[in-house]
Amino acid sequence: MAKQINVALIGNPNTGKTSVFNRLTGMNQKVGNYPGITVEKKEGTCKFGRNCKVHILDLPGTYSLNASSLDENVVIELLLNKNDKDFPDVAVVVADVENLKRNLLLFTQIKDLGIPTILAINMSDRMNRKAITLDVPLLEKKLNTKIALISSRKNLGFDYLKELIENYNQLPTKPCLHASNIAPEYFDRLQKAFPNQDLYKLWLVITQDVNFGKLDRNELQGVASFKTESTSNLKRLQQKETIARYKFINETLKETLHIDTAKAKDLRSRLDRLLTHKVWGYVIFFGILLLIFQAIFDWSAYPMDFIDSSFASLSEWAKNTLPPGDFSSLIAEGVIPGLGGIVIFIPQIAFLFLFISILEETGYMSRVVFLMDKLMRRFGLSGKSVVPLVAGTACAIPAIMATRNIENWKERLITILVTPFTTCSARLPVYLIIISLVIPDTRVLGIFSLQGLTLMFMYILGFGAAIFSAYILDKILKVRSKSFFVVEMPNYKVPLAKNVIITVIEKTKAFVFGAGKIILAISIILWVLASYGPGDFNDAEEIVKSEYASQNLSDDDLEMHINSFKLEHSYIGHVGHFIEPAVRPLGYDWKIGIALVSSFAAREVFVGTLATIYSVGSDDEQTIKSRMAAEVNPVLGGPLFNFASGISLLLFYAFAMQCMSTLAIVKKETNSWKWPMWQLVVMTVIAYVVSLAAYQFLR
Amino acid sequence: MLTIASLKKGQRGIIKEFSVDVVPLKLLEMGCLPGNEVTLVQIAPFRDPLYLNINGSHLAIRLEMASKIEIELI
Repeated sequence: MAKQINVALIGNPNTGKTSVFNRLTGMNQKVGNYPGITVEKKEGTCKFGRNCKVHILDLPGTYSLNASSLDENVVIELLLNKNDKDFPDVAVVVADVENLKRNLLLFTQIKDLGIPTILAINMSDRMNRKAITLDVPLLEKKLNTKIALISSRKNLGFDYLKELIENYNQLPTKPCLHASNIAPEYFDRLQKAFPNQDLYKLWLVITQDVNFGKLDRNELQGVASFKTESTSNLKRLQQKETIARYKFINETLKETLHIDTAKAKDLRSRLDRLLTHKVWGYVIFFGILLLIFQAIFDWSAYPMDFIDSSFASLSEWAKNTLPPGDFSSLIAEGVIPGLGGIVIFIPQIAFLFLFISILEETGYMSRVVFLMDKLMRRFGLSGKSVVPLVAGTACAIPAIMATRNIENWKERLITILVTPFTTCSARLPVYLIIISLVIPDTRVLGIFSLQGLTLMFMYILGFGAAIFSAYILDKILKVRSKSFFVVEMPNYKVPLAKNVIITVIEKTKAFVFGAGKIILAISIILWVLASYGPGDFNDAEEIVKSEYASQNLSDDDLEMHINSFKLEHSYIGHVGHFIEPAVRPLGYDWKIGIALVSSFAAREVFVGTLATIYSVGSDDEQTIKSRMAAEVNPVLGGPLFNFASGISLLLFYAFAMQCMSTLAIVKKETNSWKWPMWQLVVMTVIAYVVSLAAYQFLR
Repeated sequence: MLTIASLKKGQRGIIKEFSVDVVPLKLLEMGCLPGNEVTLVQIAPFRDPLYLNINGSHLAIRLEMASKIEIELI
């Protein structure tokens, strides 16, 4: 029988752990979530020889076994629970040769748990250039382990690493240093109380605030009594433990590791000086932002247009090929456009994460955080909120996915909640058509187009609303988040194409299969509401035909009038009529009401819906525009789209959460319906109040 | 009292004792321990955060935390 070996990859962030994982597993990996939390679970398999299968779990990066975030809890919960199906037969601790000192802290802790452990020292190809020499045999002896010098960049040392993994049962399991030495008397008492338990495991159970549900409660009953030791005393012991470990590490490395420091830092410090410069730093950063903006806004337009037209023709094809009936119209008008509505986001998501993963791989992202932190902090955000907010001007969905690397939960939540205020590209068609209708085409000071200025004002308004609401949320949100700000400033590296590509694929998949399901479901619901109706809806054809019988309309025109009649009498049409009393004070009629409701699917649907209601055959902007300009307000007379109602609509779209995809992604990222619902209600109320005030004031 | 916050760019110091309750364990784990050497590498525009080299590892912390870690100049 083939044996399976469970391997856990553990290491500090920025050690290239994920590259090692990618090297070992190739594309044989899957990304999921740990049950109930939003922490990513990456696992993969590979085969060593014929009958040795290896299951590899890439654990979240952590600096130690003292957990302070959900990600880190995952690591310690797994390592403490021998019954977990993923419990490692062997742990591979990945370390960066240039940061060995800090990386070894985690290593000594894992050794203390008695798990067979291999030390994989990564980036060993840099040793020559950085004038680093390492006495591997001596270090192996001191640490009581086996060491593999590897380089995931140059693909070096992996054969030896695999060999070590395969023969894991020959690894020494004795710890290289005992935590118990820091307070012998306390640990003696602990061991006497639980003679059958691993001492360091007990110590972690006492000091860590993790989920013990998974651990065997019977075994550990009574451990809690040892918590009677005062918290500050426990903290002091933890501090002593860390100091003792560092002392051991410093002494060990003094004998085994030599770095010629003079040679080590030239390039790094020169780049740092430039990239965090008080002028050039910002100039470069805004240049990069502009490039990202250009990519998501402009370059992705080509594949998006292609996707759009492909799905349109697919839907047309389905309509013509399938036998007519409810089922085929569900496929052609509900499912296919719904799928199209998901796929259309892929280019933007892929572009954004292409840039983000390059920026992270190179180490530049930490410099951006460093540069922007103080500015953003005034609004309850973090230096890491900059990228999501900027990406939000293209689309809130990839932007919200990009908040993942904000460790502080409160800052991350605020970023997620305010990002939809930024002016995303779906608002643009709505803005453009309304601005061209209600803002006069004149110039200010002879040069600036008033319409252009209005559009710019809408962008500033969106960004301002995001920043302002962040400020308010920072004051009112009572979210427990104890983590504080410390950012590692990693060394600069050339990004590995493989890592970048895998990240892009992963993020895209996460969107398609996560938020995609919800988007598809809501599109189908909206389609049903628009395609079925009570009473008159079902006799639409006869009613319209008899109404226009005298006018001798062409088939196409008749068809348009039938569609328009159907929409008015469909369920969604009834919804439009039903909400009319609510939207009339904002200056809208029931037709705009329908457009508002259906554009909940996506904001740009507003224009298409109006086109259907006004029974203009095409989506052509000029035709819809002239038709909209001719629309008369049923109550007051005069044009329906005048300055007051136009501004009111602009403001409504600026503030309202008119995007189910965003709600779906917020649900996925916060792992609860509470925040998206909160967002939906609050943003809609703000939009309503502001539009109401604007209309009543301006009319 | 001299703290990391009072360092000038390029200056070095040795971290002195500090109270447990002030400095989070996370920072200790990053190498910010009594007896270790600290260099101020860069100051962000607006004087915050600070980019440090502590015991060979590079990290940035906010001014507020830096002003709680006592040092001795070298």
